[in-house]
Amino acid sequence: MKTVTLAHGNGGAENQELISKVFYKAFKNDILTKSEDAAVIEDGNLAFTTDSFTVSPLFFSGANIGKLSICGTCNDLAMMGAKPKYLTCSVIIEEGFDIKSLEKIVNSMKKELEINEAIVVSGDTKVVPKGSVDKIFINTTGIGQIQQKGISSNSITQDDVIIVSRDIGCHGATIFAAREGMDMSSDLKSDCASLFIQVKALIEAGIKITALRDATRGGVSAVLNEWANQSDVCIEVDEQKIPVSNEVNGICELLGFEAMSLANEGTFVMAINKDEASKAIEVLKQFENSKNASIIANVTQQYSKKVVLNSEWGTKRFLELPTGELLPRIC
Amino acid sequence: MQEIQLKDLYDGFRDAKTIKAYKKIIDEDAKKLDRTINIMEVCGGHTHTIMKYGIPQLLPSNIKFIHGPGCPVCIMPKERIDHAYILSMQKDVILVTLGDMIKVPGSKGSLQEARSKGADVRFVYSPMDCIKIADENPNKKIIFFAIGFETTTPMTAALLNTVIKQNIKNILFHINHVTVPEVMSELIDSRDEHVDSYNHNIDAFLGPSHVSVISGSKIYEKFPKEYNTPVVVAGFEPVDVMQSISMIVKQFIENRCELEIEYKRLVSYDGNIKAQELINNYFEKVSLFKWRGLGNIKDSGLKLKKDYEDYDAEVIYKDILPIEEIEDHKLCICSDILRGMASPTDCTIFGTACKPNKPVGSCMVSSEGACAAYYKYGNLL
Amino acid sequence: MCLSIPSKITKIDRENNICTVDTMGVERSASLDLIDQEINIGDYVLIHIGFAMNKIDEEDALESLSLYEQIIENIEEEERQAQIIRENKSC
Repeated sequence: MKTVTLAHGNGGAENQELISKVFYKAFKNDILTKSEDAAVIEDGNLAFTTDSFTVSPLFFSGANIGKLSICGTCNDLAMMGAKPKYLTCSVIIEEGFDIKSLEKIVNSMKKELEINEAIVVSGDTKVVPKGSVDKIFINTTGIGQIQQKGISSNSITQDDVIIVSRDIGCHGATIFAAREGMDMSSDLKSDCASLFIQVKALIEAGIKITALRDATRGGVSAVLNEWANQSDVCIEVDEQKIPVSNEVNGICELLGFEAMSLANEGTFVMAINKDEASKAIEVLKQFENSKNASIIANVTQQYSKKVVLNSEWGTKRFLELPTGELLPRIC
Repeated sequence: MQEIQLKDLYDGFRDAKTIKAYKKIIDEDAKKLDRTINIMEVCGGHTHTIMKYGIPQLLPSNIKFIHGPGCPVCIMPKERIDHAYILSMQKDVILVTLGDMIKVPGSKGSLQEARSKGADVRFVYSPMDCIKIADENPNKKIIFFAIGFETTTPMTAALLNTVIKQNIKNILFHINHVTVPEVMSELIDSRDEHVDSYNHNIDAFLGPSHVSVISGSKIYEKFPKEYNTPVVVAGFEPVDVMQSISMIVKQFIENRCELEIEYKRLVSYDGNIKAQELINNYFEKVSLFKWRGLGNIKDSGLKLKKDYEDYDAEVIYKDILPIEEIEDHKLCICSDILRGMASPTDCTIFGTACKPNKPVGSCMVSSEGACAAYYKYGNLL
Repeated sequence: MCLSIPSKITKIDRENNICTVDTMGVERSASLDLIDQEINIGDYVLIHIGFAMNKIDEEDALESLSLYEQIIENIEEEERQAQIIRENKSC
């Protein structure tokens, strides 16, 4: 590893390599190496996280970089069972950026903050010469109050099943179509949405959640591989149970992608005890954003730290962590 | 006539029940075989389907696959990749090629690396995208590095046709198109030399899907006739592959040796005549073309006819394009894999020093290569 | 990399010899320079790197699909028969 390449930002194998060999090596501590969506601090009472947003194009079907920057951080908190409370917002803007667009972005952020019942309490604004960044980069950092303790990717067992909250791959497919200048005659749009509402409903229904993660870069495939690795289990996916829309299938068909590896921004994966699975699905189906929530996998000890895809016709294959420069600047 | 929906053309040929039904039929018929039969799928797209859908897991133990060299990127010799690299580094050149070429390493590096060193390399979806690039850059030379089997050759010819018709002065071509039947013969012929290394023959071919759409199935006539090797031209969906395997097994138990077409909805005996004429208009065979891992194969490559020399980058830039052959890495056994003599897992550097993001040999480079397919899907065979 | 895929023709520009195709909801344009068969809106073609390669023979496609239906029915019938025999044996 001599220079940083685009692949190092892909959310997959190379990304992991860069993080562990450079950053974890320097910043090593017990909280960091847990590698959860957000850090759990202050005796398990608070969750703390940060994220930067470099998506291109800035505006796309279903959302824009502003909405994304709030959803991204609030969702990371929600994935630890935490209610988003306070955010910071730091922007780096390219000289010459259009103020009307900036206002549109900030108004989207305002709307999304209201949905999460969170506020921005601190921020920073930098303007750099033309060419130093591509239009605008946003960083948001968030603190949330944990409502259900113990949610962790390190605790998954064979008693758990895996649920996905909705049809997958919409964000990645939308961004790719937008970048390629594809004319969509369909309703393809990003799934970008705030997830705390659904997490709150699950907690209030008394459901004990084992693990939660939103499937951003690297898609559902990255989440399942990370979980299999961190909890040292085998996750066996029933391929025909994975919900994928026709529109996303179309893009995958055309460009040779696998929906499981495409990024999402409003879709989460959950591990819960199999006895609570149908109750959880019922709770999720109440929300527009999770009306096609499905159980997609079991947990076994068949192949240690691996994810297996079982096909409808009785064959199986491994689902590997995505590699390569799949889609730069997806979020 | 009953209406067919677009969805049927996908779903109908991936249907789980149909796949399971063919599994039953093949299992029954295979009991009547007196030996193991080895089927070579020539085309990389078939290797991909076979691995992605787990086809080997559905077949009885006396039917095996030998993965063929059907990946035009994988068989590109290092010398010619170096040509692309060198051309791209010229100051007034924009090198344009298809996306698969991005990571292929030559002896100087890959085109991706050339790009990070300042070369103007563009990856396009279609050869026709060159026209827009040429129009936007009138002071540059646009060199289209053309790769692919018979499937892709007519598109290059169509581009040249347009370039001539519209009198475009700044598009040139570096031709690396190769043809399939010659390498299929070579694989069978060369077995006599390597006879000690083999413990299996190629008993039948699964004919490529889309090469055959262009060329017609007529190009495989010699295999049943002269080589006593049946060919079934198969579509690339899993049902197509299962049906084709079933057709091959039936030939063996019925003591037939024929050329058959499973992919009837797109392949005919004669093929796409218009596309063939376009190819014959502009291209002719190169007497010897080197295939990475396989060596020189007679009449297996194409080049521009002398009349079109003015568009041939290999002629125009011949002073800076080296012709010495370059050896492959010592530990790389791609040549054995491409001949079907070894499997990717037999290679000592498979998955360790040689991985999709850091490929050493040709079979790992493109997602259609046997090693790349095995790496992605193959551990559960 | 784009793969060769079946698509449906939605528009034809005969002057420039291009067509617009729909592939599972994605609209793209493709050249008809390699086609010498008669082409109409609603036809299915195979697209590869921006070109229509060939028209899909709908009759052959339907023939294949009904063959598959027949095979499935035959196998299901065989299984029903085998089940009946098993049930008869056990009583």
